[in-house]
Amino acid sequence: MSMSETQNVAEIKARNKELINEVLQVYPEKTAKRRAKHLNVHEAGKSDCGVKSNLKSIPGVMTIRGCAYAGSKGVVWGPIKDMIHISHGPVGCGQYSWAARRNYYIGTTGIDTFVTMQFTSDFQEKDIVFGGDKKLAKIIDEIQDLFPLNNGISIQSECPIGLIGDDIEAVSKVKSKEYEGKTIVPVRCEGFRGVSQSLGHHIANDAIRDWVFDKAQGKDAPAGFEATPYDVAIIGDYNIGGDAWSSRILLEEMGLRVIAQWSGDGTLAELEATPKAKLNVLHCYRSMNYISRHMEEKYGIPWCEYNFFGPSKIAESLRKIASYFDDKIKEGAERVIAKYQALVDDVIAKYRPRLEGKTVMLFVGGLRPRHVIGAYEDLGMEVVGTGYEFGHNDDYQRTAQHYVKDGTLIYDDVTGYEFEKFVEKVQPDLVGSGIKEKYVFQKMGVPFRQMHSWDYSGPYHGYDGFAIFARDMDMAINAPVWKMAETPWKAKPKPHLMAAE
Amino acid sequence: MSALRQIAFYGKGGIGKSTTSQNTLAALAEMGHRILIVGCDPKADSTRLILHAKAQDTILSLAAAAGSVEDLEIEDVMKVGYQDIRCVESGGPEPGVGCAGRGVITSINFLEENGAYEDIDYVSYDVLGDVVCGGFAMPIRENKAQEIYIVMSGEMMAMYAANNISKGILKYAMSGGVRLGGLICNERQTDKELELAENLAKKLGTQLIYFVPRDNIVQHAELRRMTVLEYAPESDQANHYRELARRIHNNAGNGVIPTPITMDELEDMLMEHGVIKTIDESQVGKSAAQLELA
Repeated sequence: MSMSETQNVAEIKARNKELINEVLQVYPEKTAKRRAKHLNVHEAGKSDCGVKSNLKSIPGVMTIRGCAYAGSKGVVWGPIKDMIHISHGPVGCGQYSWAARRNYYIGTTGIDTFVTMQFTSDFQEKDIVFGGDKKLAKIIDEIQDLFPLNNGISIQSECPIGLIGDDIEAVSKVKSKEYEGKTIVPVRCEGFRGVSQSLGHHIANDAIRDWVFDKAQGKDAPAGFEATPYDVAIIGDYNIGGDAWSSRILLEEMGLRVIAQWSGDGTLAELEATPKAKLNVLHCYRSMNYISRHMEEKYGIPWCEYNFFGPSKIAESLRKIASYFDDKIKEGAERVIAKYQALVDDVIAKYRPRLEGKTVMLFVGGLRPRHVIGAYEDLGMEVVGTGYEFGHNDDYQRTAQHYVKDGTLIYDDVTGYEFEKFVEKVQPDLVGSGIKEKYVFQKMGVPFRQMHSWDYSGPYHGYDGFAIFARDMDMAINAPVWKMAETPWKAKPKPHLMAAE
Repeated sequence: MSALRQIAFYGKGGIGKSTTSQNTLAALAEMGHRILIVGCDPKADSTRLILHAKAQDTILSLAAAAGSVEDLEIEDVMKVGYQDIRCVESGGPEPGVGCAGRGVITSINFLEENGAYEDIDYVSYDVLGDVVCGGFAMPIRENKAQEIYIVMSGEMMAMYAANNISKGILKYAMSGGVRLGGLICNERQTDKELELAENLAKKLGTQLIYFVPRDNIVQHAELRRMTVLEYAPESDQANHYRELARRIHNNAGNGVIPTPITMDELEDMLMEHGVIKTIDESQVGKSAAQLELA
């Protein structure tokens, strides 16, 4: 079904441009004008993908975006396992973000780890009218009573907190003092701020800077911490399906010491220790570049983006990370690459013949729309369309300069209608997006993988992850079920009965 | 029984809304009307002269104590005072916390749902200061007050507030039935006060419904937590309030959609009446001492 086999790049570009014009036709003039800026066809050699991004979604379309609270509570803070994160405000936001994004952690839930539990101040009308500060103070007391092994508390603001002007900073300071300097972090991530969850990531990063780093200033590193020349921190890996673990082992095998995971399976002590790292390695640039830049400016720690999806990018990244260290580590990187070559060869030998030439359309958050492209290409597949839910221009620059091919269809903050129409016309062999998109496309007869949660599989990072990634993509595309569904555009006309005159 | 009339008193903080409204409503009650006062000010002082109380228990404080507003009964919150005037206070948070505007909305919804407006001729809302947010606009939104009376004086900021309140009324007049009933000037003995008040009323497209002269008897009554009508029913001041009440009663259906003016127009008006001289831009922002030197 692949277009690349039968069409040259010029034809693809022309078709994609026509397709964009076609979807814009259905919008009112003003909407079409605005949406047109978010849709484009990538031109090789350009510094970005030619689309606008990080702008407000248009009312009336279906957007896939979340809010600032989702970005802070759900992404950045939620996975920090030994802290309790209070969803401060009415119960709904807490209820719907219960258990966080799917991420793995080690610990005894409810005793020393709390990721899949949900804490909320469950605002009632009287809390809105009289303010919620007293209730917040009481909740902190109750948490201290019921969960004495928690190592810190964060307060994740829902919308009303910003409207009624509650002073959560004052409560945090008072309670911190009362509990012997306990880390209590107020986060002003009210959902109405910004255009997507992206601002929530930034606000959450700033809260770590102001309430974790600055608080630790003047103190020694966490008790028992002894620095080594090979200390690195993994920044922006949320341990979806164990991603951070399958990444960490590679860094350790090449001789580095991972002192922190931000934030999947992470702890407060790890955050506090990070200013002692020699290098910050940054996976999800979008959600944690802010704190990486801050640590570079304030503590002089360099940071290095890397990509652990698929063997080509893994090898490239291991060498790039090693280049910040001595020969021991550089040799370590080569040793790791060589060690896993046999595994890589086996995976490719098994799956590439089954996946060669298959096309993929992606729509994910802030990193994966580009980062997974290499892994697909290692399997002989081709990404023909991609876009970010909440990426910024620097994401599209990275996409254009390092990832996508000439003629790739680019769609920023794609609407439900556009995405369906694009898939219908491009006819990819696989769509990779989220749970809200999954059943729409499967009902259209298109194989689908969730690229936020790995469809409850994973890990996909690292060499071990690549084997699972390859298996999962094969399972989705080559499942026998697709042969059993009649595709409407291929259906044979049934005999048409006509009454005799 | 005539149809329920709903009116509201707005005005700059400290202008005398609560005093004026309670005296006027006492006079209306004297005329035989059955009255409900809904205080919409977190200070909860809209009913003290009727109830002879410092401050009555408010809907919101009772609701907070009981758990939620659904746990309250109308009898818990409604008190009956002078001339059988029924009184409720919305209440609200202490200054600087929470959302008093939401409190007003909660309270008014509670009163409506619990039948507080049955067997009543007049509902009067007494609303704090300026229209600071959507909550305090609740009484002027659809199906609430039909006529708004703005209490003002000849002071610049009181007129400024009156103009701002008119803007709020204008906004809701388009979508609902609220109208500006008129201005009530509470005399402060500023220069050319009556003239200014009449002129502002004209500019806003309304009338100065009454000019209430200043009289210390109001203070004497207030100290005893009474209206002048109860404290000194034979006094001139009591008669002034009776006349104001009569005019408000006869003003039914005569409300207008206001025509608020700009800040510049307001300043021009003050200049016209010689209250302020032509603004010499070179003097703006200079202290008296600086002007002396110059």
